[in-house]
Amino acid sequence: MELQQVFDKMVEILKPFVKDPAALANADKDTHLIDDLKVNSARMVDIIIESEDAFEVEIDDDEADSIETIGDAVRVIMGKMDPIANPS
Amino acid sequence: MDSRGVVITGLGVVSPIGNDVAEFMESLKSGKPGVRYIPELEELKFSCCIAGVPQDFAQIREKYFTDREASVMTEATAYAAVAALEAWKDAGLEIPNEDSPVDWDTGAIIGTGIGDMETIAQRIVPMVNDKKVRRMGSRIVEQVMNSGASAKVSGLLGLGAQATANSSACSTGTEAVAEAVWKIRAGLAKRMVVGGTEGPSPYTWSGFDAMKVLPRKFNDRPETASRPMSATAAGFVPGAGAGILILEDEQTALARGARIYAKVAGVHVNCGGQRNGGSMTAPNNQGVRRCIHGALQDAGVQAKDVDSISGHLTATFADPIEVQNWAKALGVAPGDFPLINSVKSMTGHCLGAAGAVESIAAALELHHGFLHPSINCEDIHPEIAPFEEKVVRKYTDYPELQCLAKASFGFGDVNSCLVFTKWNA
Repeated sequence: MELQQVFDKMVEILKPFVKDPAALANADKDTHLIDDLKVNSARMVDIIIESEDAFEVEIDDDEADSIETIGDAVRVIMGKMDPIANPS
Repeated sequence: MDSRGVVITGLGVVSPIGNDVAEFMESLKSGKPGVRYIPELEELKFSCCIAGVPQDFAQIREKYFTDREASVMTEATAYAAVAALEAWKDAGLEIPNEDSPVDWDTGAIIGTGIGDMETIAQRIVPMVNDKKVRRMGSRIVEQVMNSGASAKVSGLLGLGAQATANSSACSTGTEAVAEAVWKIRAGLAKRMVVGGTEGPSPYTWSGFDAMKVLPRKFNDRPETASRPMSATAAGFVPGAGAGILILEDEQTALARGARIYAKVAGVHVNCGGQRNGGSMTAPNNQGVRRCIHGALQDAGVQAKDVDSISGHLTATFADPIEVQNWAKALGVAPGDFPLINSVKSMTGHCLGAAGAVESIAAALELHHGFLHPSINCEDIHPEIAPFEEKVVRKYTDYPELQCLAKASFGFGDVNSCLVFTKWNA
C-alpha cells in the first residue's frame, strides 16, 4: 500500500473520533490528533484497535504511545506493512 | 408558596408498555400487558421464559443518537438518555448544545439495581479469559460503572449540581426521587433529573430464576403472568426500562411558568436492619410501616387523606404482607382503606427502574385524575380478600384524587415511600 493510501485510510478511521470534520479535511502529516483534531485522549486506544483491524497489523503499546500526529500513525503502520521501511 | 416544596415538571419513560409518556399513559389506562415470551430464555433453559422489555426501542434510539453514539451505549444508558431527553423537553426546557454553559443548579440521580451484566457477560469475561484485554477498547468502564447512565445524561444536558447513581435493589427508583427531593430542599440544587434504569439481560435475570422467585408456569400465556394481589400469583416477571422525572423547587417552577404534574409532598427511606423477621430477602414489617409513617409525616398528611396507593406489589408471597403493612401503618379498617393498584401487573418488575416508572404513573394519575387498572387479579388472594373492593381492577376516572402514596421495597430489607399530592394552582 502506498503512503498516500495509508494516509487516506487513516483519515477515514479518524472521522468518527473528530469533533470538527473541517479540521480533518485540511489535515496533513503534521496534524496533531489531540491538539489539532481534539480527539479525546481516552479514545486513542480505539483508534489503535481500528487501525490494527484496517491494516491487519499489530501495534504494541510503546509504538502506540509514540503516535501523536497522523504522520506518526502512517509511519508506524507503513513500518509494519513493509519491514524494510522501518528496520528498527 | 411552600419554601420547601418540590414539584414534578417533566416526565420521560421507556417501558414494556410504551416508549414515551403518551403511549405509556394509554397503556396504563387500558390495562395493556407488556409481558412477552422471550425465546432466548427458553434456549438458555430458564424456568421463566417471559419478561417485560421495551419494544422496538431501536427505532426510538435512532431519533436521538447516531449509530456510532448508540453503539457505545448500553441498553440501560440508552433507555435513561432517551427518557431524560423526553422529560427535559416535557418540562419545557431546551436541549442544550455541546458548547452550552454548565447548568450548575441542576443535577442527576439515576440509579440502577443490578448494573450492566450484558457487557460483563458478553465482553469483559470472554475477552479477559481469552487474554484480549488490550482489544477491549476504551468504553468498557463507562458501560459497566453504575453511574454510567447519570454520567451520560449529565453530559447531554450539561448538568453541574451532581451526577450520581443510587442503588438499593428494587427500591432504587423510588429512593432516587427521595434523594433528589432532599437535595433540592437543602438548597443544593434547583432542579434534578431523577429516576432509575435497568437493561434487559438473561444474566441479570438468571439469579432470580435460580432463586425460583419468577413464574414458571405462564410461559404460554405471558400477558397473564404478572399477577399482583392474585391468589395464583406465582412470582414476579422480570422487566426492563427507565423512568425519569424532572423535579424542581416550587419557586423555580412557578417563576418560569412550568406545567406542574404533582407535588412530591413527603419522602422517607429506611432499612429494617434485617431484624424482627427481616432478612436479605424479606422485610422487617416494622421497618416498612415506619417508612410509610415517615413519608406521611414528612408530607404533613393524615392517613385518612391518602386516596390511593401505588404498591410495590410484585406478585410474590409478599403482596398480602404488604397490604397488611399498609393497613396497619395507616391505621384503617378495610372499608376505609385507600384504593390500591400495581403498575407491575402490566410492566413486570423493572427492578432498579420500577419505582421511577411507577412514580411517573402516579404523577400522571394525579395530573389527569384517574386510576389505572391492576390487571390479572380477578382471583384475589384470600388474605387480601377483605380489601377486594379497594383493588382497582378497571380504569377509574377520579378527578377528586388528591393524595397518592407510592412505596418500593427491596433486597437488603430496604424501604422507600413517596407521598404525591395534586397540584392545585
